Amino acid sequence: MLSEPDRRLLKLLEQDCRLTPQELSIQTGLSVEHITTRIHEWEKEKVIVQYRPLINWDRTGDEKVSALIDVKVLPQRGFGFDKIARRLQKFAEIKAVYLISGGYDLSLLIEGRTMQEVALFVAEKLAPLEHIQSTATHFVLRRYKQDGVELTGGDETPQRLMVSP
Amino acid sequence: MRHYLNSTVANLPPSGIRKFFDLVATMEGIISLGVGEPDFVTPWTVRESGIFSLEQGQTMYTSNAGLLELRQELTQHLAKTQGMLYNPETEILVTVGASEAVDLAMRALLSPGDIVLVPDPSYVSYGPCAILAGAGVRYVPTRADQDFRLRVEDLQRVYSPEAKLLVLSYPNNPTGAIMTREDLLPIAQFAAEHDLLILSDEIYSDLTYQGTHTAFAALPGMRDRTLHLSGFSKSYAMTGWRIGYAAGQSDLIQAMTRIHQYTILCAPITAQVAAIEALRAAEQAKREMVETYDHRRRLMVHGLREMGLSCFEPLGAFYVFPDITATRLSAEDFAEQLLREEKVAVVPGTAFGPSGEGHVRCSYAYSTEQLEEALERISRFVKRRL
Repeated sequence: MLSEPDRRLLKLLEQDCRLTPQELSIQTGLSVEHITTRIHEWEKEKVIVQYRPLINWDRTGDEKVSALIDVKVLPQRGFGFDKIARRLQKFAEIKAVYLISGGYDLSLLIEGRTMQEVALFVAEKLAPLEHIQSTATHFVLRRYKQDGVELTGGDETPQRLMVSP
Repeated sequence: MRHYLNSTVANLPPSGIRKFFDLVATMEGIISLGVGEPDFVTPWTVRESGIFSLEQGQTMYTSNAGLLELRQELTQHLAKTQGMLYNPETEILVTVGASEAVDLAMRALLSPGDIVLVPDPSYVSYGPCAILAGAGVRYVPTRADQDFRLRVEDLQRVYSPEAKLLVLSYPNNPTGAIMTREDLLPIAQFAAEHDLLILSDEIYSDLTYQGTHTAFAALPGMRDRTLHLSGFSKSYAMTGWRIGYAAGQSDLIQAMTRIHQYTILCAPITAQVAAIEALRAAEQAKREMVETYDHRRRLMVHGLREMGLSCFEPLGAFYVFPDITATRLSAEDFAEQLLREEKVAVVPGTAFGPSGEGHVRCSYAYSTEQLEEALERISRFVKRRL
């Protein structure tokens, strides 16, 4: 079980992974040694998987298209959906793979440079795969919020008084 | 016009903070640590319920005491968090901020000749409200070397038999001091022995960073001697909604409701509806805000100590109250020179009473980046003085 101070530590890192053990120590009251050890353990246990920034590519002017693809799959005896999911996750174009409930079985996030590139990937690589029964492609038109961060229109800067009792 | 004014009002000194506010207003590029309100916006679910209530056309008066549904939520909340039992029909009053409740309580309780005991330093409105109610005020100095906790010795030094009401305000603005159950018990005994009533303003109770907050009214025998005040401003980042409440013995609540009925009628309905949602659905959002304050608190205390200022560890609210006497400046000079030289606004401790001398109040209701920048500037300023 995760202790309360450790949970806080992970949350702080999740918000800003650039914080050094010294800075984390100041903010949490935990010792630098404890923090360093825990981070090491978490890295080894793959609790902390990667350190990376959240980039809003829409603001870079760099063309990039993503699509959410719902996939209906024929489960395989003895493997269920795992085998096909593991195969799909190998594609570099596929950025996320989820097993979902409801009318479809898997949900994929695909990225490409153009809509055509994504559509071709679905038509040529994905749909023909054995066990895949059908797909439904939803192109992402605008990204409003990602990983809990508002990307557009979320710049609420409340106007407070400069001094108040 | 001045000679037409009511003499009590005319003689009432303006809040010490006002003067400083005017000075800050003339300057640009200021990093202000002078604000006594959260930097968070009210959690969306709460804002959304206010919007929905407007869409539904909920734009009428409510009953004087506030929506019964809100009073019921409040009694459940008080029972769950503090084990305090109140009747939602007769013992809860919803007010326009806890500030209104302070005023109502003073006017409902005090007569000329009565004395109100107010810990010093503390929030700016208790003394003036007592004076406006026709009573006198005696300030009870508290000290940095006691972590600004109120002790019975402090009370004994200023007590006289005319004292009727003692104000408690912990976690404290401006010091960030808290009072634990052990700290409060002797005060309760003193109150019982001297038949003192207690106005306990616990607006910052959710912002307690060590142990759990003890409500004064929850202490044995204190329920009917105590008026418990709190509100939504600090816990749920709802300052502008102006919504607070009072819980207490029904005679007092009914008397306060009578004044409220003639002067305010009722708290705004939109804010009342939003407050219900806050109690029902914003617990997690509140916890996350408290966690963030706690991180900033440590950052501030560490930063101030690093630059050579002595700073007791505040365990509540969102203020640090460093001792600046090492700079050989008065609180007011420190604040003014810091503002002019480094463009950081802090509030001189003396704005909250004479015992605030030698200290300044720094709020940490700001982002980590702003706090770090402010600390750097304060450090430069302090280095030149040490």
